[in-house]
Amino acid sequence: MSIQVRNIRKAFGDFVALDDVSLDFPTGELVALLGPSGCGKTTLLRIIAGLEQADAGQVLLDGDDASGTHVRERQVGFVFQHYALFRHMSVFDNVAFGMRMKPRGQRPSEKAIRAKVHELLALVQLEWLADRFPAQLSGGQRQRIALARALAVEPRVLLLDEPFGALDAKVRKELRRWLRKLHDELHITSVFVTHDQEEALEVADRVVLMDRGHVEQVGTPEEVYRQPATPFVYGFLGSVNFFHGRVDGANLLVGGDHLPHAQQELDAGSEVIAFARPHELDLVPEADGNTGVAARITRILAFGVTARVELDGLNGASGQHFEVELTQQRVAELALTEGQTVRLLPSRLKVFQRNDAIGASA
Amino acid sequence: MSAATTLNWAAAPRGNAAVRFESREATRETPWVKWTILGISLTFFAVFLLLPLVAVFVEALRKGWETYWSALIHEDALSAIMLTLTAAAISVPLNLVFGVCAAWAIAKFEFRGKHLLITLIDLPFSVSPVIAGLIYVLIFGAQGWLGPWVAEHDVKIIFAVPGIVLATVFVTFPFVARELIPLMQAQGREEEEAAIVLGANGWQTFWYVTLPNIKWGLLYGVILCNARAMGEFGAVSVVSGHIRGQTNTLPLHVEILYNEYQFAAAFAVASLLALLALVTLAIKTWVEHRACSAPPSREPRQDAAS
Repeated sequence: MSIQVRNIRKAFGDFVALDDVSLDFPTGELVALLGPSGCGKTTLLRIIAGLEQADAGQVLLDGDDASGTHVRERQVGFVFQHYALFRHMSVFDNVAFGMRMKPRGQRPSEKAIRAKVHELLALVQLEWLADRFPAQLSGGQRQRIALARALAVEPRVLLLDEPFGALDAKVRKELRRWLRKLHDELHITSVFVTHDQEEALEVADRVVLMDRGHVEQVGTPEEVYRQPATPFVYGFLGSVNFFHGRVDGANLLVGGDHLPHAQQELDAGSEVIAFARPHELDLVPEADGNTGVAARITRILAFGVTARVELDGLNGASGQHFEVELTQQRVAELALTEGQTVRLLPSRLKVFQRNDAIGASA
Repeated sequence: MSAATTLNWAAAPRGNAAVRFESREATRETPWVKWTILGISLTFFAVFLLLPLVAVFVEALRKGWETYWSALIHEDALSAIMLTLTAAAISVPLNLVFGVCAAWAIAKFEFRGKHLLITLIDLPFSVSPVIAGLIYVLIFGAQGWLGPWVAEHDVKIIFAVPGIVLATVFVTFPFVARELIPLMQAQGREEEEAAIVLGANGWQTFWYVTLPNIKWGLLYGVILCNARAMGEFGAVSVVSGHIRGQTNTLPLHVEILYNEYQFAAAFAVASLLALLALVTLAIKTWVEHRACSAPPSREPRQDAAS
């Protein structure tokens, strides 16, 4: 089933959680709502589920306005960050709950319920835990039971609120892969909320980036990572270096230093902010001329496959810190030492107009 | 007194921490400190708690079992027992319903005046029971606000059973709510939300999800509420009128007997209340024990998702 949200607005007192948000979630896709805490992603998920009421706007489930539909009739599966398993019920009873609460006419027989519960427990690979209680399970097991419980009522969409947020890094990684596999088997329209960019990029078919109640960009993981539409997206997806400067033809002026860029459409003289990822920067020895931003090396971390060099900006970029990722070979070639002055030269530079960088774009 | 009445859910599982503390050289206190503190607390316990309790039973049985028994089956004593049971039987369920509603409202909803409500719930704890009684005399008494209206409709409230029930309800008002509010606030509303998303209606959610989660706290509140309802003296004394065989509850009956120098009989009836207190303590301990072991047996946790 497809989900559409149209012009959703929601405020808590003076705090605007969602400001005119419109999105499409096509049938069968796994979509991530990604953003820092407080960006409105969980609120949006809860509005889709019906657990929260929007101040304005519509939620369309399969094209029908669901605004007047009660939560229990929306047929959504909801997985909570802290599992919300019924602590006084066994795993079996937890999973059976949704089926047992159905009105008498629609309720399956106890035998059918039993079969369905075992089928779902097999799906989440935890059949052997049927008689345990939630307190006896690990976090990862609890979250898989919560998922089985949500699937038991055959929801038309599955909504997951920071499903792996409370788990430790190793389990999180395993469950991520497992969720992706499960989605490939079931193909149920799913939306999950996360603040972990790696998780979103790895699991989702499409990523929705949100900041301060606005949608910043929607796209495949590849698109949003390769072509960030706004400075926020650039900064949020991975480490980033930025330069404040002014456009001067094919160069940016950063203080007295020049940075070459490839974007044609920039107005000469306008204030800009330019981004480069650590691996998109190279270091060249301090020499005559002023191409590249001068910086002093503060630290070289040369373990691992690549070396990481941390620098403090000089001249026009003073007070800023930079992070550069180089091959071990390149480090040896340049014979870098801590305290040395070098120039930063980007191989790729993404430039945004300065006013864009301050206010979030719509 | 409210501070002492909250069930401590977290304390139990760490019972043996004290043992470890004591057995370690580095954290052990010198013997004289230990024995002085122990001595002071045990002396206080013996003088202020144990001695009076023993005295009640000793005095009650001073003139033999026969006198004891006849004091209990005396007509006035029996009617006092009946009245006490009636007052408790009405006020406890009323406060149970009120307590659950209030705790639900406070824990699960945001509304104006919430803090005022939380504060007001404690009023019966903070006000003297005599004032509690007087409030009803001022409202329903012959010279009170509603006095003429009440007299006109031939309803007796003050110096009659309804007044006693009202005073008891007032005094025992906070017990259940006070017990449930922190418990329900700590539990949040996620489980209820999960139930609703899974298709449960309001009643099913309350019955299958909320109630099982609060049942031990609820029972604990009810026990304390009941103990207070049966033992209340001050407020009931003001509205009762002390009519023998009609408006005397057990505590009032004890006072009357005592004032008439029937010491053996007074202590005999008092021993009933003392027994009630002991039974209450026993049930309370059992409930605490159950509440803390409620999440069934602690087995070693399985390691993360495999």
